[in-house]
Parts: sequence; C-alpha cells; structure tokens
Amino acid sequence: MIDKLLFYLQYPFVRYAMIVGVLVALCSSLLGVTLVLKRFSYIGDGLSHVAFGAMAVAGVFGLSNNMIIVMPITVLSAILLLRTGQNAKIKGDAAIAMISVGALAFGYLLMNIFSTSSNLSGDVCSTLFGSTSILTLKQAEVWLCIVLSCIVVIVFILFYNRIFAVTFDENFAKATGTNAGAYNLIIAVITAVIIVLAMNLVGSLLISALVIFPALSAMKLFKNFKSVTVCSATLSVICALTGMIISILAGTPVGSTIVAADAIVFGGCCIIGALRKGN
Amino acid sequence: MALIAVNDLSVGYGSQIVAENINFKVEAGDYLCIVGENGSGKSTLMKTLLNLQKPVKGEIIKGDGLKENEIGYLPQHTDVQKDFPASVKEIVLSGCLGRSGFKPFYTSADKKLAFENMERMGITELSGRSYRELSGGQQQRVLLARALCATRKLLLLDEPVSGLDPKVTAEMYSLIAELNKEGVSIIMISHDIGAAVGYADHILHIGGNVFFGTREEYLGSKLGRFFLMRQSRDDESMPLFKPRKKNPYSIMMSEDSGTAETEAGNASEETAAETESEKASENGVNAEQDADNGNEKKEVKDNDR
Repeated sequence: MIDKLLFYLQYPFVRYAMIVGVLVALCSSLLGVTLVLKRFSYIGDGLSHVAFGAMAVAGVFGLSNNMIIVMPITVLSAILLLRTGQNAKIKGDAAIAMISVGALAFGYLLMNIFSTSSNLSGDVCSTLFGSTSILTLKQAEVWLCIVLSCIVVIVFILFYNRIFAVTFDENFAKATGTNAGAYNLIIAVITAVIIVLAMNLVGSLLISALVIFPALSAMKLFKNFKSVTVCSATLSVICALTGMIISILAGTPVGSTIVAADAIVFGGCCIIGALRKGN
Repeated sequence: MALIAVNDLSVGYGSQIVAENINFKVEAGDYLCIVGENGSGKSTLMKTLLNLQKPVKGEIIKGDGLKENEIGYLPQHTDVQKDFPASVKEIVLSGCLGRSGFKPFYTSADKKLAFENMERMGITELSGRSYRELSGGQQQRVLLARALCATRKLLLLDEPVSGLDPKVTAEMYSLIAELNKEGVSIIMISHDIGAAVGYADHILHIGGNVFFGTREEYLGSKLGRFFLMRQSRDDESMPLFKPRKKNPYSIMMSEDSGTAETEAGNASEETAAETESEKASENGVNAEQDADNGNEKKEVKDNDR
C-alpha cells in the first residue's frame, strides 16, 4: 500500500494536489469558525455557485485563465452578501439563496448555449464536484494557490483579535471605535478568495463542507476561540490529507472523499463531546 | 462642560421618527436612567448615542475630553453569543481593542488592565471558563468588565438586568452603583422604574411625554407618579386596577383628584420599600453567591476528572 502511495507521489500532479489540498483545507477552516458563528454557514455554498456562474462566463469568452473573471466576481458578491447583511432589504439567508441559485442557473444556461465542448455534462460535473480539476493543476496555479493561502493566513493572524471582537459583538466593537465595517469587508474578501481556491479541490457543491465541518467539530471539543480555531485548522488539514490518500489508493473521487472524512470526524467529535458532558 | 449634551434630538430609522424632543445632559459622575414604555425608543436612543446610527434631527455634543471611542457599552444579549466558544479572558481582553490603535496583538498593559477589571468584577476565577456556560449574572459581569476595559468615564447599559433573577438583579444594581461611586458616569436603560428611582440621580423619561430632571423632580412630577403607579400595578398584574379609559395618561389629565394622588403616594412608598428590601437582601445575596461559587468549583473538579 505504501509502495503504491510512493509510486503515485512520484508524479508532480499528485504532489501539486496534495499541496493545494492542504493549503485550501487550512484556510477554509480558519475562516469557518467565524462564518459559522456569524450564522453565515451557507455563504460558502452561495459564493461557490457564483464562482460556477463566473466560470461559465469565462468559458464563453474563451479565457484560458478563468481566475481573471472568477475571482473579482466572487469577491464582489461576497462583499455584497456579507456587508449588507444587517440593513439589507432582503435578509441574509434569502439573499444568499437567491444569488446562489440564480448564478447556478445562469451558469448552466450559458454553458449549455455556448459550449464548444463535446462532453458538456462531464464539464459541469467536474466543476460541481471537482472530480478531476485538482489532478490537472498547472504549476502556475499551484504557485498562485500558495501565495494566496499565505496572504490569507497572515491576514487572519494579524487581525485575529479584531475578527474575534467583530464576530462576538459587532455593536460593541463599533461603539468602542473598531472599524467593524472594514473587518467585515476583510472577512468577506478572504472568504471569497478561499472559495475560489477550494473549487479546484472539492468542486462548488461541496465547498460548504470544508468551511463548516471542521469548525463544528472543533466547537464540540473546545470552549474558547483560540483552541477552537487551532483545532479546526488541524482537523481540516488531517481530513484533507487522509481523504486525498484514500482517494488515491481506492480510486474514489477526491472532493467527496475529503468531505466524507470531515463528516466522519464530526461524528466522532460529537460522540466525544457527549461523553465528556456525561461524565 | 458636560460629558454628553443632547439638544433637541430626534431618533429613528431613516425618516421614521421613534422618539423626539429629547434634551438632556450628563455631567461627570452622574447616574442617568432612561425609562419609558416598550417601543418608546429607548434602545434607538442608545444606539444613536453610541454612534451606531445617525440622529434624525438635533445634535449630540461630547465634551469634557470624552473621545468618540471612550464610551463603554453593555449590550443586550444577542443570539450569536448563546453558543459562542469564547473564554472569559478572551472577551474581557477584546474590550481593549478600541484603545490599541493599529497594533495587531494585545500588549502587556492591555492584559494587566483586563486582569484588573476581572478582579473588580469578581470573575478572576472564571477567566478560563467558557462564556456560554456561565450563569446570566456572571455573563453580565464579564461584559461589564469588557466595557470597563474600553473606558473609565462613561458606561451605557442597555437593560442590564433583563432575564436575571431578583437576587442577582439586586447584586448587579449595587455593582453598578459602586462603579458610579468610583467616578464612572452611568447611563442606564431600564423599564424597571423601581430601580431607576432607587439608584439613579437623574431620570430621562421618553415616549409620548418627555421628562428630564433629577430623581426628586421626577417623583414629584405627574408623569413620574403616574408611571410608577402603573408599573407597580403591572407588576402585580391585578385586573382590578386596569385603567378604565383607553389612554392611560388621560386618567392623570382628567381625574387628577384625591384617588389618583393617594394611589401614586402608595406606589412611591412601595418602591421605597422595595429598594430597602433590595438593599437588605444584598447581604444575603453575598452568602448565596459564595455557596454558588462552591458548587461551581465542584463542577470544575468533576470536569477535571
């Protein structure tokens, strides 16, 4: 078995997949805690559908590097969704649902009308479930992913205390002079960046799992923000690695294997949490 | 110069006015209580004072060297906080953020300040505990310690005792009164009129009629007497005393006769009695709290096992 693994690791695309997988898992879980606590668990789903729609647009224009279009559109939607969350005419969950299904529909429509590919349903499926894209990463994409992930982690560490304050009590933070709007903006932008990165790994339908499962698992085990964040990141990286190794050895789809691993760990954490309470 | 002077203020959302004609002043060391019925705009006024929303009309002048971010705020509980995984220490420390400018991490001065305030609120032993596991009274102490990290001048308290049982309520009130004695100015929103007249030295009544003055002036005013009387009725919820007329204020306006007078008199006597009993119970409360603490320690030990 280990021989088989080592054999696969000789190929650069497998190594790329491993690197990107771990980084994406790390970033998504860091923000996951904040998003879950802010009651924005579903934002990952919504934004990833927007990214899906944007990808379709990029495909129509025949852009080879679709990041140019996907990233700005997703960032913009994230800002709209997270910033206007409080005073919007259409409330948070409804706005997310609306944008999410709207983008999905238009994306599929565009792909269908303008597609030049012979295997349309295959394309759609791989965008939604990320079945192959992580194995077809080019070196440039891997570098982009590494750079963006580093930025996300650094920004998160620098603003960690303020992100905590804004998440815990936005009004208090605002009243005592923290620029809550700016930090919500930062959270929104980072979220969008992570979502676009994660699309390669698990596809647009399963991204929410990367955001919420590790955070929820960690919350079952720990009771302060720092431990929850650290634990969430650790669990997420372990699950991503395990999922990818299993998928290589057993030939299962990468994205869904990782998410399955996350779900199983969540189940385990629930049991441990319940046992602890029982004692 | 006053810490806060409010001139002809109207508050509301957009162009919709919730409360208007508000004029008041808070000097250093004052204890102002804002009373009024539900929906009279108390929380909206508080948000406007905190700069969370813009006034519809009028102005709020901050003086006496009070900077924009030097108002400590004790908010009502939000949904988010119910299951928020945060330790007491993390929450109290977050009160220091306003003063730390662009520094990304807490300095040792921040940590010292947080520790001092936790000590003042008597929650030092809880510092590693999770906020969501604390009792209502303990949670309020945590939030109060956080507010004290943000300011030493002015505290705004939004319904600080809602949802607390009577003993913890009395404890909370005496804690606030103590802070006031140490020189922290207090603005408190409350619909507990008994506490308002028991502890505050100034009263602002908003709603249909606006009143601002000292406690004594309020107790002497028609509005104050009426409100006191009605609240004590509501508290006992005796159907016998339901006002017969639709507009409750019209009773005062039209039947300003012997009966209303005596009832109002009774009411203020009652509140006086209430505050006395509150004070008397404080001693008992301390003992109870000690017992509580004992139980908690036990729980902690159980967890350790």
